Amino acid sequence: MTEQVIQLEKVNKWYDDFHVLKDIDLFVEKGQRIVICGPSGSGKSTMIRCINRLEAHQKGKIVVHGTELTNDLKNIDLIRKNVGMVFQQFNLFPHLSVLDNIALAPIWVKKMPKKEAEEIAMSYLEKVKIPEQAEKFPGQLSGGQQQRVAIARSLAMNPDIMLFDEPTSALDPEMIKEVLDVMIQLAEEGMTMLVVTHEMGFAKTVADQMIFMDEGRIVEQAKPDEFFNNPKSDRTKLFLSQILNH
Amino acid sequence: MSASISLTHNKYYSWCRNNLFSSWINGIITILSIYFIYEVSSFFLNWTIFEADFVNNFRGEKITDRTFCSKNIEPGQHGACWAIIIVRFHQFVYGFYPVEEAWRVNLVYGLLPFALVGIFFDNLPFRKYFIYFTFLFPFIGYFLLYGGAGLDVVGTSKWGGLLVTLFLGVTGILLAFPLSIILALGRRSKMPVIKTICIIFIEFIRGVPLITLLFTANVMLPLFLPDGVRPDNLLRALVAVTLFQSAYMAEAIRGGLQAIPKGQLEAAQSLGLTYWQSTRKIILPQALKISIPPIVNTCIGLFKDTSLVLIIGLFDLLGVGRAAVSDIDWAKLHYEVYVFISLVFFIFCFGMSRYSLYLEKKLKTDNS
Amino acid sequence: MSNSFLRKLIFDEKIRSLVVQTLIIGIFALIIYLITQQTAYNLEKRGIGTGFGFLNMSAGYDISIRLIPYTSESTHFRAYLVGLINTLMISICGCFLATILGFLVGIIRLSSNWLFRNIAYVYVEFTRNVPVLLQIILYYTILLYLPKIKQALVLFDTFYITNRGIYSPAPIFKDGFSIVAWSFVVAIIFSIFLKKYLKKKQEKSGNQYPIFYINSALIIFTPIIFYYIMDMPLDFDHPILKGFNFKGGMVVRPEFMGMLLGLSIYTAAFISETVRSGIISVSKGQREASQALGLKNNLVLRLIVIPQALRVIIPPLTSQYLNLTKNSSLGIAIGYADLVHGFGGISLNQTGKAIEIMSMVMVTYLTISLTISLFMNIYNKSVQFKGNA
Repeated sequence: MTEQVIQLEKVNKWYDDFHVLKDIDLFVEKGQRIVICGPSGSGKSTMIRCINRLEAHQKGKIVVHGTELTNDLKNIDLIRKNVGMVFQQFNLFPHLSVLDNIALAPIWVKKMPKKEAEEIAMSYLEKVKIPEQAEKFPGQLSGGQQQRVAIARSLAMNPDIMLFDEPTSALDPEMIKEVLDVMIQLAEEGMTMLVVTHEMGFAKTVADQMIFMDEGRIVEQAKPDEFFNNPKSDRTKLFLSQILNH
Repeated sequence: MSASISLTHNKYYSWCRNNLFSSWINGIITILSIYFIYEVSSFFLNWTIFEADFVNNFRGEKITDRTFCSKNIEPGQHGACWAIIIVRFHQFVYGFYPVEEAWRVNLVYGLLPFALVGIFFDNLPFRKYFIYFTFLFPFIGYFLLYGGAGLDVVGTSKWGGLLVTLFLGVTGILLAFPLSIILALGRRSKMPVIKTICIIFIEFIRGVPLITLLFTANVMLPLFLPDGVRPDNLLRALVAVTLFQSAYMAEAIRGGLQAIPKGQLEAAQSLGLTYWQSTRKIILPQALKISIPPIVNTCIGLFKDTSLVLIIGLFDLLGVGRAAVSDIDWAKLHYEVYVFISLVFFIFCFGMSRYSLYLEKKLKTDNS
Repeated sequence: MSNSFLRKLIFDEKIRSLVVQTLIIGIFALIIYLITQQTAYNLEKRGIGTGFGFLNMSAGYDISIRLIPYTSESTHFRAYLVGLINTLMISICGCFLATILGFLVGIIRLSSNWLFRNIAYVYVEFTRNVPVLLQIILYYTILLYLPKIKQALVLFDTFYITNRGIYSPAPIFKDGFSIVAWSFVVAIIFSIFLKKYLKKKQEKSGNQYPIFYINSALIIFTPIIFYYIMDMPLDFDHPILKGFNFKGGMVVRPEFMGMLLGLSIYTAAFISETVRSGIISVSKGQREASQALGLKNNLVLRLIVIPQALRVIIPPLTSQYLNLTKNSSLGIAIGYADLVHGFGGISLNQTGKAIEIMSMVMVTYLTISLTISLFMNIYNKSVQFKGNA
């Protein structure tokens, strides 16, 4: 039985009075690639941001790699070391070079010696295919390159789980492919991935589970075949028709 | 033929046409302005340079007091009597510092640029060592000025003039800086107690005039402290000035902090960095860079505000000037003294504001 | 057991923040306690009591500039009031003058005439980079060189300009004057309603009414008409030279004039920068779009440019007003009897009640600052563009 690396049990979250996550149950096994889709405001980003405590849930239980996510700061730090996140807005550090961006966390969080960290950084830069940009600054790179650096930055911490929050939504169309290619390669190497995205082509290639969220609930969860060809819920059908027809 | 074409297409001619004579009204304004400038500058230049005395009066005699000034001997005929500045120069620059020890002050003045250059210029080689020196400088400077082991003690009551102005200004700014960072971060803290304390402190200081803080430090500080601890006057003023500056700087830094997108902190946290690590390595460097122009503005304000200490009896540059004007030997040479002091302040403050403009331009081009 | 409790204390986010905050409150309480103890001891040693009773004691000094009756017999509290009124008076006059001058200079700085706008630039740079205290002292010194009373400069046969002040006739309000004053107030109220009414009519019919001119005429002429109806109930007490001084009339002291000149000219330089950047901030596209719609220049200014520029100008303008009000405390340097000079200076020296007096002074300034900020915030919220994140 493959171990479950993420468990969300009856997770609920409110923003003041607004109930943004309603009784979320989600179980992710090691090596699974889960794609989450849904209309905006459905709570998809909020849900994955709860997993690395960028948002806090008020009810229910979240367990990552056997560690429960509570107010305990030590636990939070442990989880963040093992979970990587890629943002829609890249969020690279503009005042540091590309290489320093990637090496920063290994040096300061894992307490690695600088040389070692820089070697690891270079190897990940090569992995995302832009080693020549090492000394440049984020402002000098294209959007697609920046996002690839962001992926390398998270990978440098050697996480077991990678979370992607709409990684290609802020990119010009011609740069989406280069980022998706990196993500596909990651998937092939066996990384456990949760991806919030609208890129259905990517989903069909890589996902082994599709999740549709609407108004704070998981409405449907199924394998891609079933999901795309035989959706059970009406809302899923409506959403798919809207998103697949342009 | 080519001459007449070149006249109308000459860039100086077309500049004048557009900027000075583009319409009837403009033309009249230009002529009036030229007249105004001519009158004002000729008066000013005559008074300050051409008809002024420097060391000797128009009869060739050395000026030792006011009665020797040309304008007193022949009223209405002559310009400024700068002898007051020249004769009392030591006082303007050092105050009542003993002349033999003035070399110590000169040394401090000389080292000052080295202490500041590390903060101001990004691309300096060996910048790190300059910054270390910046933090050591207050102690070195104080030791040199005050005395102690090996050097004669020169009490702060003997300091005066430009020395006091620079001392209060530079030390006030250097000490206020770390305090203001703490205040700015504290004001954005999620812990209500810290946030409230910082807000109360900042709003209180910004709501009252500096003079009341100086009075408070002067009069109330001795009441708060046990007997035997009597901080001297200059240090009391320094405390007030530092607290004052820290509140204003904190607001400038807060502006910078607010400009950093939330995603920066999130990215740092998602990589596992702690709050202090993220603040120190990611948020603060960016925020400080953006806030430098408003910070420099607060520094210019502080520099000008040091002149307020004359009200509590300290002899800063303006205070020395006022004393010079009341001196019986040199009485009533107001304009010379005030123009001179204005010039000194202008040089410092205008220089700082030019630097701030240079920084703003540099930041704009950096970020685009 | 205790291990996990300790662990919770340090590592639980919520508990840790509570612990830290409690510690900080504790440290503050301790410091305040120590200081209070020490201060009480020191005060006793010096024989200075505490308490605000001194406010009822006679002040024993005179204040030369005052708007309300005051003698040296009056209480310290009265001295406080006189000082407060003087502070408010110079601040209001200063803000008024500074605004007019600042707006003028700001607009000049945008002139297309290179010479003209650079003259303004020189003024702004010189004024902003020299301490305000120096400027106040400078203007005061110049004013002291005005002619002596015996050789007073006479203006229009009624004003006497001397180095002890400007002597002018003082108005004496006779019985009917209150009616003239009320007519003025009524005219203002009426003009507000008239404006609303005419605006509605304009919206319905499309006719444009010269509302501004109608209202101005109303406000100016109504009191004048009533003035004559009531048989001119205004007399003037002229200053007459008797011996070494003027008797009668009223006088504007050089201390007041020096402060006014220093504060207004200094603050105007900063206001001009604010105005200039405010007007620049309205992008060229706005002007172009409104001109393309056929709006004439003065309408473009009135309807499009100035409202947007004002939004940007008002907040920093308000902070300049605050600065001017705080700078009025420098009156002590030239003898202008503001709050800090009289109550904060002389009263403090006489009674020794430093803590009470300084607290009163600081609380007063804080109240003024917070009130001005409050009004600014209310105005700011009301003019925010809807939809600004």
